[in-house]
Amino acid sequence: MKIIVGVKRVVDYNVKVRLKEKAGQWALDLDHLKMSMNPFDETALEEALRLKEQGAASEIIAVSVGAAAAQDILRHALALGADRAVLAETDEELEPINIARVLAALIRAEGAELALLGKQAIDDDSSQTGQMLAAILGWPQISFVSSVQAAGSAEGEWQAERETDTGAQRLAFHLPAVITADLRLNEPRYASLPNIMKARKKPIEHKSVRELAPDLPRQTELLGVAPPPARQAGVKLADAAELAEKLRAAKLL
Amino acid sequence: MAVLLLAEWDKNGLSPETAKAYSAARLLGLPVDIVLIGETAPMAAAITAARHLPGLRKALIKATNAAPEALKIALKHRLAEPVAALLAKEAPHYSVFMAAATNAGKNIMPRLAGLLGAAQISDIIGVEAADIFRRPIYAGNAVETVRALGAKKIITVRASAFPLPEAAAAPAAAENQACPADLPVPVRFIAEKIDDTDGLPDLGAAKIVVSGGRGFGTAEDFKRLLEPLAHRLNAAIGASRAAVDAGFTGNDRQIGQTGRIVSPQLYFAIGLSGAAQHLAGMMESRVIVAINKDAEAPIFQVADYGLVGDLFEILPELTEKLPHFKE
Repeated sequence: MKIIVGVKRVVDYNVKVRLKEKAGQWALDLDHLKMSMNPFDETALEEALRLKEQGAASEIIAVSVGAAAAQDILRHALALGADRAVLAETDEELEPINIARVLAALIRAEGAELALLGKQAIDDDSSQTGQMLAAILGWPQISFVSSVQAAGSAEGEWQAERETDTGAQRLAFHLPAVITADLRLNEPRYASLPNIMKARKKPIEHKSVRELAPDLPRQTELLGVAPPPARQAGVKLADAAELAEKLRAAKLL
Repeated sequence: MAVLLLAEWDKNGLSPETAKAYSAARLLGLPVDIVLIGETAPMAAAITAARHLPGLRKALIKATNAAPEALKIALKHRLAEPVAALLAKEAPHYSVFMAAATNAGKNIMPRLAGLLGAAQISDIIGVEAADIFRRPIYAGNAVETVRALGAKKIITVRASAFPLPEAAAAPAAAENQACPADLPVPVRFIAEKIDDTDGLPDLGAAKIVVSGGRGFGTAEDFKRLLEPLAHRLNAAIGASRAAVDAGFTGNDRQIGQTGRIVSPQLYFAIGLSGAAQHLAGMMESRVIVAINKDAEAPIFQVADYGLVGDLFEILPELTEKLPHFKE
């Protein structure tokens, strides 16, 4: 059983993204920032690796849809244990619906039965691609998953627990399916140095986005970016008594 | 055309997130309908509340009373496949589909977008025109303004950025329909665990939030020190990701970029440093109070009131000195 894992190259989660002003316009200051694999995608990949180790999958294919620079995170996926890595190359900023279309075409071509994606990318915070992919493929979706149990047999039922706003849901489903990973799903492994070295020599397959999915209309237009409303630093107080007093005086309670 | 808003509800009525999302929906300047899915008896309070949303065109009620059992259960638990398919059937009548960006909204709406081949704009915090929206990116470190170009627009709303609407005097029309029976149910619901909040309000509804971080040290101390304060203030309890990962409390209390987003009147950040990912979830709170023994903790840069000290000493004293808060 083949698993496709979607991985995205994003600004590293430790970096605080800032904006710069140029000729009266704000823009994101993304030059020279450290880039990494989206943390949720690391979790998704880790789960795929565990499923393969358990014997529930035969091949893990890491896929990234984006610019050539994404090759560094695909190499990282290979170093972690993915069997193959595919770059669907494009310099366009594709909307999630179009990323999903490209992934769907790849999944159909590969005959994969499970797609594992992170629940959201920490740059755009959209949380859409996995769910859209499931709809396009006509597959069930289990989103924001905190645990997965593979079926005992090929035709058997898989189970998963997914996070909700008030707790968790336990659900059962059959493959093929799309799962999106919450961070609580697992603790991702580190790539060993020997594996990182070996991954340098492994091929990354290149596909053309327009060959995979010729119809990718643009449906949103970015008009601008701006900093969020600024928050001023406040006052430091001496003790609990003073705090209680201030909150009462401000009529907050 | 018109907007269709997906309602979340329970036996007490419409969720506050849905009501706030309705405030956002009205800003598009188009007629707005709301759709409620479920069995009519438990849905009665929600239907009444929905019909009293000010300026609502109509409430669509998709009754599941006579639906096949598996479908009834799937819809009751808001599984994405049947709900998205149900909304997709309404596509000829609406140009915009909206929902609050709750867990359910985030699960369902992108699937609807996928079914319709539409783009989605997630987690809007402002409406500038019927097709122009503002939304946070990079954990709220930037705000982007986006125009939706497609014929069908799918939008989720960051409820904490919008006000609760005032109820209308007279109810809008309701249209009762039997829920279609041919909706897909590929996923089987087994069980749902709902965390016990011990009578405290939910994070989405509370005027006051008391939030704890790793500074509490243990799950026992988190509970022992934070719960009395929460009860005193009738506050919801939140937590940083570090506290949740350390097992101090359930993940449904995690506030931040990848958890719950809140904007209460008063937010207590206790024993948490104020990492960017956490700030993303509470920066819009009206007043922020920080209690931390580290004077350099980033949380103090955004707090209106800061108290540098030991939370183990401060909290019991604070709990005792604060008045009992009732809304």
